[in-house]
Amino acid sequence: MPDQLIFAMEVVANGLMTGVMYALVALGFVLIYKASGIFNYAQGVMALFAAMTLVGIQEGRVPFAHLINATFGTEIHHLPWHSVPALLAIALTVLVMIGLAWFVQKVVFHHLVGQEPIILFMATIGLAYFLEGVADLMWGSEIRTLDIGLPQGINTIIDETTFNWFGYGFFIDNLDIVAAIVAAVLVAGLVAFAQYTKQGRAMRAVADDHQAALSVGISLNFVWILVWSLAGFVALVAGTMWGAKSGVQFSLSLIALKALPVLMLGGFTSIPGAIVGGLIIGVGEALFEFIVSSNDIFGAVFGFTLNATENWFAYVLALIFLVFRPQGLFGEKIIERV
Amino acid sequence: MKKLTTMVMAGVMASGPALADLVIPDLSYRTGAYAAGGIPFSDGYQDYFNMLNQRDGGVGGEMFRIIECETAYNTERGVECYEATKGEGALVYQPLSTGITYQLIPRATADGIPLHTMGYGRTSAANGEIFSNVFNYPANYWDGASVIINALLDENDGSLEGQKIVLLYHNSAYGREPIRTLEVLSEQHGFELVQLAVDHPGQEQGNQWLTIRRERPDYVIMWGWGVMNQVAVQEAANIRFPMENFIGNWWAGAEHDVIPAGDAANGYRALNMNGLGDMPVFADIQTHVHDAGLAAGDGSNLGSVLYTRGMYAAMLAAEAIRVAQEMHGVAAITPAMMRDGMEALEMTAARMEELGAPGIGPEFSVSCSDHGGTGMAAMQQWNASEQEWVTLTDFIAPDDAVTQPLIEEDSAMFAAENGIEARDCAM
Repeated sequence: MPDQLIFAMEVVANGLMTGVMYALVALGFVLIYKASGIFNYAQGVMALFAAMTLVGIQEGRVPFAHLINATFGTEIHHLPWHSVPALLAIALTVLVMIGLAWFVQKVVFHHLVGQEPIILFMATIGLAYFLEGVADLMWGSEIRTLDIGLPQGINTIIDETTFNWFGYGFFIDNLDIVAAIVAAVLVAGLVAFAQYTKQGRAMRAVADDHQAALSVGISLNFVWILVWSLAGFVALVAGTMWGAKSGVQFSLSLIALKALPVLMLGGFTSIPGAIVGGLIIGVGEALFEFIVSSNDIFGAVFGFTLNATENWFAYVLALIFLVFRPQGLFGEKIIERV
Repeated sequence: MKKLTTMVMAGVMASGPALADLVIPDLSYRTGAYAAGGIPFSDGYQDYFNMLNQRDGGVGGEMFRIIECETAYNTERGVECYEATKGEGALVYQPLSTGITYQLIPRATADGIPLHTMGYGRTSAANGEIFSNVFNYPANYWDGASVIINALLDENDGSLEGQKIVLLYHNSAYGREPIRTLEVLSEQHGFELVQLAVDHPGQEQGNQWLTIRRERPDYVIMWGWGVMNQVAVQEAANIRFPMENFIGNWWAGAEHDVIPAGDAANGYRALNMNGLGDMPVFADIQTHVHDAGLAAGDGSNLGSVLYTRGMYAAMLAAEAIRVAQEMHGVAAITPAMMRDGMEALEMTAARMEELGAPGIGPEFSVSCSDHGGTGMAAMQQWNASEQEWVTLTDFIAPDDAVTQPLIEEDSAMFAAENGIEARDCAM
């Protein structure tokens, strides 16, 4: 088998894994948009906030320590315990995200019921800046190492197996494999929750027609808090996976940029769409980069190569899909009656 | 009650008229995606001036007044900070961003305020004949690229013939700075240069590291910043690239760049334009600033790579002020006098020792034509078990025969574009 083909197969495999990571971020957007019609600009910052809270709790840090120390002249940094077991820290972070969901609903969106979508979108921009500031005040700006026992590095089984097959061992990061499994479990869990639980059915009812849902006694307030809580949980998962790669730091919020082309492609209202969209973007951008940066492929034909195409190509790919399917691959068909 | 009184007094002092005359704006970035790098630099920068205030009563009897302005590493906000603070009598600006520097070069030159872009910004600003108000001593990016190649030449018995070197760079004006120098050096020394760009912010580098794994280069040189550094170190560890053959520039060699990767980062190397280690000046900062409750930050960064660099930047500014005061015979100097002081600055080993910072930088002197210093830098290596950077070499000189023509060419182009007539430094 030609070398370039083998390399392309490795690129595709890694693109799929990267796509799963993108899909994890996109899922949070879909959940909120589907249930409330709000495009949540703050989803990336929620991932940052969740990851910072997880690390902060795990390291036994005192929230708002800088503020407390600056105001009262104290020197408090850590709680009496200096570390919290990972599972307990995750559980506590989930509680914090539920509290955040309650806060967001009660303080922000409760007062904006019936407003235009653009007003709600603007409110999420404000929420993003507010949350970023609160995260900074709570936990500081330093980069934190996230250590909850996730494996990292080359998967030796895949490396050795593909070496035996092709004479070249494929690189797949163990963390990406874990992320793919977590994403599969997460999607299965979300689908099961929506299909088989009373709260899930209420969530779907609100998503379909919130006025009809209201008329049969479903509490919109409860459902929206539930949805924001679920989005917060998804943000925690995404923040944890991305934070394990780069350390938990403020640029984590920028992972939202990677979710936008995924949403454009997969549709804003479909959970499977987020997954498939993520995979298409992940593979598409990786394969495109591989081809145009290769001296043997693109360079041999055009005499030059391109580099760092991932960011813009993802959007170009999404726009191409939009031309043919404006609602995205899995989005609800837009029917306009005159 | 004592605390309350102190706070009220501090508030009254802050809102009252200026009590000090040496105004130093600190364009810091303590928030946003790059805060992890901005905080220690700003802490070191401010703590040194505060230490001089407390210990010596400032310089030449004049106290420092620091005006901190948050840029969040954002160019527009950086320019706003400049405009908002220049009227306070600012003596020198350290823009701390190549983007902000490019915007401030024409403004500061028109306003007659010097810029010190220490190891960043526009490389050709080293040519003082064209850039009268911009200084980038002790080193610039082209020097850095040349120093890395010189260090590798030393390790390879003077030859890199047939070797393959990857340049992994931030896809920005900053990241592209070393390309021309490395291209010239690649032709000169016969190594193959492979260029791999990483888009901002650098969180996703999977494809670049797959390419590196396939290309099997002898060395990877990184021109990174922010999250790009942490991800790159982790990805290098993931593909089991030999860490000692992975070398960052001086903005990719701080503690926070390597700690997230844990033990896997052990052996990673980086350039440093400043020395490290336990220097007497740190004890003075501890006593006069931190113990007195005057630290700019929480005190945790003292002695770290970027804290030391910020402190070194302040030290160079304070020295230039001292020179300017001597030259003009006045203590309360103007920005124009400060520029003169910077242009006559000379840092000797003896002076650095006297300042309590032996070996904090190379010896260098600035002149009318040379605003860039010697361009020397040292190689350091990360020791993961001790959680510290270890300096491996003395300060290594760049190849001026390569960098100087590039500086002259680029600055001449800038002069032609902006209608600047070169100063006659022979006079």
